[in-house]
Amino acid sequence: MPQLDFATYAPQLVWLAITFVLLYVLMSRIALPRIAEVLEERQKRIQDDLDKAERLKADTEQAIAEYERAMADARARAHAIAAENRARINAEIEARRAEVEAQIEEKTRKAEARIAEAREAAMANVREIALQASSAIVERLTGENADESALTAAVDASLGDRGCSAIPKPGSPLALSPSSPWSSI
Amino acid sequence: MEEHSPLAQFEIKKLIEIPLGGIDASFTNSSLWMMISIILATAFLTLSMRGRAMVPGRWQSMAELVYEFVANMLRDNVGSGGRRYFPFIFTLFVFILFNNSLGMVPYSFTPTSHIIVTFAMAVVVFIGVTIIGFIKNGTGFLKLFVPSGVPWFLLIILVPIEVISYFVRPISLSVRLFANMMAGHTMLKVFGGFVVSLGLLAGWAPLLFIIALTGMEIGIAMLQAYVFTVLSCLYLHDALHPGH
Repeated sequence: MPQLDFATYAPQLVWLAITFVLLYVLMSRIALPRIAEVLEERQKRIQDDLDKAERLKADTEQAIAEYERAMADARARAHAIAAENRARINAEIEARRAEVEAQIEEKTRKAEARIAEAREAAMANVREIALQASSAIVERLTGENADESALTAAVDASLGDRGCSAIPKPGSPLALSPSSPWSSI
Repeated sequence: MEEHSPLAQFEIKKLIEIPLGGIDASFTNSSLWMMISIILATAFLTLSMRGRAMVPGRWQSMAELVYEFVANMLRDNVGSGGRRYFPFIFTLFVFILFNNSLGMVPYSFTPTSHIIVTFAMAVVVFIGVTIIGFIKNGTGFLKLFVPSGVPWFLLIILVPIEVISYFVRPISLSVRLFANMMAGHTMLKVFGGFVVSLGLLAGWAPLLFIIALTGMEIGIAMLQAYVFTVLSCLYLHDALHPGH
């Protein structure tokens, strides 16, 4: 068995020592520092990238929060402006309506006054014509002048019976004729 | 006939006679393969890292793999205190790994198949670990031989067992590696002889066996490098933390 040949021990031990020490020096001085450096650099790089990603993520979240806040602000402002406009327009409409209604009322009142006047005049004329007509009729039939007072009493009684229904009172539906104030709006 | 003996492959042949004083320091086939091993190991671990690439290529990946494998082994088995012994443990692993693996090359020589080589390495580990143990812990290192929480009458038996097992460490460590290497190579040689003697008719059977065995021997070459190193790490752990 060659392993038990003691004569070969010395050269084996000598060269084991030489090669092992040589390998140790080569490893510890050259190979290992180089590998360690590369590994550390990579680890650092990865860590840096992770940190950067974390930072960018935080930035993004902040930007999203800011955007959402701006959106909420804008929405609130839009609501405020819309409400204000609505209120203003409503007020304008209300004012205009009140104005128009006032005008209408004014015109209605004037028209009613005119109608009342016309009616008064008409009434007065009717009585006069009735008196003259009845006086003329009596004179033609009897050949003499009729009694003035009796004639007046008879005409008044007759007018009191029917005359009021013949001429429309103001405010009745007939007052809204085509010449009423509505057509002037 | 001597040349065909399965043990002939383990013979030490002097290539260059170097008488160094009274010591025979001749350059032998063993020396040659040790030199080839360390040259290849250094080339592998330095040339592959030449690019210092952030994203490693194949060779750089392998070099980093070996580095991290040993670094993890040291961290898991020794702990943080083992950091400064990393170059030695790494050298030990790479030296054994390359000597074992190159032994699988036909016509090569396996220096680790010699008991004197493995024993010398085991003794260096043993003495080194013992010295570290006493430097780090003083006489507290002797607690290694006294398991805590054991009744005194058991200690009478246990302490001698612990002491013996401690001193058997270099023997078991060296014999395990040497025997594995020698047995594997001898077996390959024996079955290689069968292939020749059985000829074309039946020689393919041992040939198939040799193919399978070669694969297994490559595995063993790596495994034994790992076992030798991991046990050295465990001994180092005992030296740094002697309390059981």
